[in-house]
Amino acid sequence: MSADGHHDINYVRVYLILLALLFVSIIGPEIGIQAVTLFTAFGVALIKAYLVVKNFMHINVSPRYVTYLCATTLVFMLLFFAGTAPDVMNATGDNWRKPLWEADAAAWAAGDHSDPRAPDGAAPAHH
Amino acid sequence: MPTGLLAVWWVIASEIVIFGGLLASYIMHRLAHDAWQIQSANTNTTIGAFNTFVLLTSSLTAVLGHQAAEKGNGKKAARFLVFTFIGAITFTCVKAYEWSTEIAHGYTITSNTFWSFYYTAAGLHALHVIAGAIIMLFVARKAAKNIDLHHVELIGVYWHFVDVVWIFLFPLLYIAK
Repeated sequence: MSADGHHDINYVRVYLILLALLFVSIIGPEIGIQAVTLFTAFGVALIKAYLVVKNFMHINVSPRYVTYLCATTLVFMLLFFAGTAPDVMNATGDNWRKPLWEADAAAWAAGDHSDPRAPDGAAPAHH
Repeated sequence: MPTGLLAVWWVIASEIVIFGGLLASYIMHRLAHDAWQIQSANTNTTIGAFNTFVLLTSSLTAVLGHQAAEKGNGKKAARFLVFTFIGAITFTCVKAYEWSTEIAHGYTITSNTFWSFYYTAAGLHALHVIAGAIIMLFVARKAAKNIDLHHVELIGVYWHFVDVVWIFLFPLLYIAK
């Protein structure tokens, strides 16, 4: 192994693994099972990102503070999510309501799945 | 660690907050609105998958360019950077075709919140692709003359980050329907 530890990586092999994972993420949703879709879409995305960050960006052979730096910003992002999600994801709270959201949710629950942008309220235009 | 590389990592750390916040907002709204699945059904998975393939391939050429630069082979490094540049141009052209098709179908940034997120996230990412492509040309030009070969690694690390952002945008905008 070289001094900085990343010369031994077979980049073409990593690339082929990434392509295989891309194929899995496309095929997964075709099975039609939600859990499989979630894993093949987002689980595989996490694996792909890990492979790129480790093997192409060489974060594992960079000084440890680089990992800490990126991890800190990720933690701040999660704090942002945790802090805002309770308000954003609910239609009502203790002292507030979102009437438009409630109307949308009621229409959806009543079976109104029309796409306002589709011609004449028809089914969505797949292209 | 060289100062330039440290600076690139600082940029990436700040970009994580920018793109992370945007994607976190998207996820919140996507989970809160069942109706968004109707809108997201209109994005073209084939185009999204092709662009993912293009970016992954350009990441490979970028890291091979870095490898060549570390061996002191500036001409080879420059050649790989040009391949990466071609990938960036391909990505941008495909994105332009995709957007023009969607706009022609009436899906614009003001259509509704889903499309606002779609164009903002994909547009911000596309700007990073264009910026990276321009910088890459300058670095390749110098690398071909064996000047500042360490810059090949800097633009490479940035480019891989752009790839990682797309790796998360792809399932969010094209797969989760």
